Amino acid sequence: MSTVEERVKKIVCEQLGVKESEVQNTSSFVEDLGADSLDTVELVMALEEEFETEIPDEEAEKLGSVQDAIDYIVAHT
Amino acid sequence: MSLEGKVALVTGASRGIGKAIAHELARLGAEVVGTATSPEGAQAITDGLKAEGYQGYGLVMNVAEPESIEAGLAQLTEQSGAPLILVNNAGITRDNLLMRLKDDDWSAVLETNLSSVYRTSKAVLRGMAKARWGRIINISSVVAGMGNPGQGNYCAAKAGVEGFTRSLAKEMSNRGITANCVAPGFIDTDMTKKLDDKQRGAMLEIIPTGRLGEPEEVASVVAFLASDGAAYVTGETIHVNGGMYMG
Repeated sequence: MSTVEERVKKIVCEQLGVKESEVQNTSSFVEDLGADSLDTVELVMALEEEFETEIPDEEAEKLGSVQDAIDYIVAHT
Repeated sequence: MSLEGKVALVTGASRGIGKAIAHELARLGAEVVGTATSPEGAQAITDGLKAEGYQGYGLVMNVAEPESIEAGLAQLTEQSGAPLILVNNAGITRDNLLMRLKDDDWSAVLETNLSSVYRTSKAVLRGMAKARWGRIINISSVVAGMGNPGQGNYCAAKAGVEGFTRSLAKEMSNRGITANCVAPGFIDTDMTKKLDDKQRGAMLEIIPTGRLGEPEEVASVVAFLASDGAAYVTGETIHVNGGMYMG
């Protein structure tokens, strides 16, 4: 079983079409990884699917970086 | 023009324009899932496609009910995979002059003709976004642009569909997903058979081609919009009305 961090990073790579080496914990989805508004919606939906959880819109808006997403998943699953 | 390997969902496919669209998309190689509100209607769709040797089947779905859309789509996705072509064709009329129009007539037409388009579109977007390819084709009506006495509810719903389609087109175009409308004029279907001779005569007078359209003449335009060749057409409404209204 992979760690939450590995699974989150894998999804980020798939959704945003970036290489694993580009994805740091501090990477911002929009500023560093080039996500547009639709990408961030798709990313959140993919995270919901992978971790079988529902991320409310007001929480989803706060997930700006890879670490934010990891922290959220760890706290809520 | 081939739609081989694509799953197409066509709502309201048991007769009229919807049936012609279902058959045309199937003829071009798509696996077509056509919806009807009753099991008999769904069976008729299955039989009709089978009789032509086409791939596809009928599915019971009432587009006015969110739960029914959800259940139908779950079944279809399980059975055939995510639909990459969606044709929102299902529609009803409840005509009356505004002074006599009931709240029920208003809300039923808005729910079935407009809210359904929002719901089915939303439900298929994920699969299309993943595939980086999708076609949403909404059947509007010439009266959305023209207006028509006795059809305030229907005109409002259809004009709403056109506005919705333009927004959707802008939101999703960078994912290879297009959204367009086809606006039929007077087509020879059960919906126009309801008109009496006098209404029919008046109608023919304003149609330059001098005849009603055939459902197949709408279906061929839908098929074009569903094709790869239409990839750069989005947010558009194509009129199919024998020249009676030219936007």
